[in-house]
Amino acid sequence: MVDSKVVLTGQTLAYTFYCIVIILLVAWFAIKVTGKGKGLAVKPAIFYTFVGFLTVLGVSLHLITFNTIPWAEMDLNRSDYKPDKTFVIKVKDHQFIMPSEKLVINVNDKVLFDVQSEDLTYGFGLFRNDNSMMFQMQVVPGHRNDLLWQFDREGVYTIRSTEYSGPKGVFMILKDAVKVIPANTTN
Amino acid sequence: MSFIKTFMNGEEGLFKSETLTPMQKLTLRFVVVGLIYFGFVVIEGMLMRLYEVKPLPFITEPQFFAILTAHPLVGIFGSTYSIVFGAFLFLVPFLMKKPLWSIKLGNWTLILVAVGTFIFWFAGFVSHYAPLYTLYWPLPADFTQFSVWGGTFFIVGIALVMVGSAFFVINIFKTITYTPDGWEKQPSKALLASALGITGFRNLFTKNKEEHLVPLPVAAVARGSVDVALNTAIILFTGVLILVFMVAAIMGFDLKSTAIDALLYKNWFWWGLDLIADGLVLIFVAGTWYLLAMMISGKPLFMQNIARAALLVELVVSWTVWSHHLLSDQAQPAYLKVLSGEMVTAFELITQGLAFFITLATLWSARPLKMTNPLKFLLGGLLGFALAVPAGIMQADVGLNRILHNTQWIVGPHVHVAILVGLTMTLYSAIYILFPLLTNGAKLYSQKLANIHFWCHLIGGIGMGAFMGMAGLNGMLRRSLYINGEFNTYMILAALSGTLLLIGFLVFFYNIVMSVGIKGVIGIFTPAKIKTKELIASN
Repeated sequence: MVDSKVVLTGQTLAYTFYCIVIILLVAWFAIKVTGKGKGLAVKPAIFYTFVGFLTVLGVSLHLITFNTIPWAEMDLNRSDYKPDKTFVIKVKDHQFIMPSEKLVINVNDKVLFDVQSEDLTYGFGLFRNDNSMMFQMQVVPGHRNDLLWQFDREGVYTIRSTEYSGPKGVFMILKDAVKVIPANTTN
Repeated sequence: MSFIKTFMNGEEGLFKSETLTPMQKLTLRFVVVGLIYFGFVVIEGMLMRLYEVKPLPFITEPQFFAILTAHPLVGIFGSTYSIVFGAFLFLVPFLMKKPLWSIKLGNWTLILVAVGTFIFWFAGFVSHYAPLYTLYWPLPADFTQFSVWGGTFFIVGIALVMVGSAFFVINIFKTITYTPDGWEKQPSKALLASALGITGFRNLFTKNKEEHLVPLPVAAVARGSVDVALNTAIILFTGVLILVFMVAAIMGFDLKSTAIDALLYKNWFWWGLDLIADGLVLIFVAGTWYLLAMMISGKPLFMQNIARAALLVELVVSWTVWSHHLLSDQAQPAYLKVLSGEMVTAFELITQGLAFFITLATLWSARPLKMTNPLKFLLGGLLGFALAVPAGIMQADVGLNRILHNTQWIVGPHVHVAILVGLTMTLYSAIYILFPLLTNGAKLYSQKLANIHFWCHLIGGIGMGAFMGMAGLNGMLRRSLYINGEFNTYMILAALSGTLLLIGFLVFFYNIVMSVGIKGVIGIFTPAKIKTKELIASN
């Protein structure tokens, strides 16, 4: 599965390009609308073309991401997949209670994180060493909070609560708690 | 004119508060209160921004989160609601060509919003009650972390704002439908049908088209007010629910917080809150753009019927989009994530895109226009939403939400750019265009300062959103703290952008005070000597 960092890079490029275009467009409009020239009515055909463009854009964005971001389909249909490994993690009193000190995973394994809160709403996220986010989900008490993920490369990740649960929640960090190792390594 | 004289009496002494009608005074009072609370928000924002760079010795961690809790609420209710309510309580009667139904109720709205905001802000300041505006259950009832008394006053403050909002809605609909004394009987039902879009909807299916009895901007205000009413009911209900737990705790009972389903509560809360964020804000803003475009250009609105229909679609959309806030909640049904969270939310791209295009096309039909303050701020507002709405659509995606949810991306390029650049610049445009109308022809003190205000606000707002967004893309969470300076570069750049916003606001405030003078500002809050009805009769 493609690393989430690659998806973020693509999104950054697309949104930055869009921002530049729209800023230039509004600047151009500001110059033109106050410059010399005659006021002309905009043709309805242009308007309807624009409406069509927005409709296609709005719908196709999700179709494209669903078919290109690998975890989207897997996430929505996760009950159809058999995980290679399942980790049950409990959260209580602003503490992650882990099944073992370190969660060790093989590259390309599909891993199910089943996180259960016994009091407040928390978050569960995995972060790389440079603090960038691998993924996250909400952890709601009284409900199933499970996330299926496939790791495509080796690495060490930190667990952090990604939802506010009061000032104490800031310190819900487990440094280097997840280790992804080569597929042929026994663990 | 000397500086002291101008400071006391306003630019050229043109502003005479004794010539104002009760309606003008009411609106100006709303604007003053809204701007003061905007000042609160800017200062709070700067304090938090600096704290994100390096913890400040005079702010404790619980206090930081108390500020984080109050900050958006003061911004939405204390500032935006005040300015928007004031403007619409003036514009609806102005456009309907009849007096406001009740000035007294308008003043009560002002008092309740102003006092309610101060109470919840002060309760948070003193007690550090900080469950955050999301109030995710059962956090607001977690009395091991928060003071029950602080929470009680906090909720009472919010409730007062909601009662004030309900008064606003009543005043708006009564003004549209009532018959003033001595007037020919008004067709109340037909006016209401026109305001809510029922007439327009019926016209789609009949040959004999009924005329629209209500101007388009009034229709926008009415439809946005429906969302205000629904939101008021939701927040009041939520407040009462939390109060039950608090009062029980005060009386020594510990109610079982698990009696409330956390996910159901989350759905309920976001359904209600999205009536603001994805409902009334977008509808009010579109209506204001249309009005500003018509006032600036002096031309009828481009594609007026489509614009009316789009406002109705936006209202329905606002009732069905809430699930985009729950894309990271794994227990949320997948069909709600896809239908409500992704597909219906994408409609906002269409409705806001239409409003954007219609506004620009209306302005275009009147070129060449002069680059006045209302025009430049309107263009800034349009740009703000053009940047912020697609950012929101991107995060309202099952795939992308997995790596964007609760990061600074959401509050930066989406929330802050939408509110600070999109909404606030639209409101500034309205303030600049209504200024002569509301002050009976007072003169702006300095155009140069207005230009500084514009550029500082535009660059500061976009800059802050951009740097927060970059931090978010690199993993920085919102609603959190990084005490080891992990994202300091972005936060310092965002703080510099925030400083520009602060400078812009101070320059604007100074410019307005110098325009009307201190005596004028005080005069706004004294009883009016002229009756609105008398003025309408004489005109």
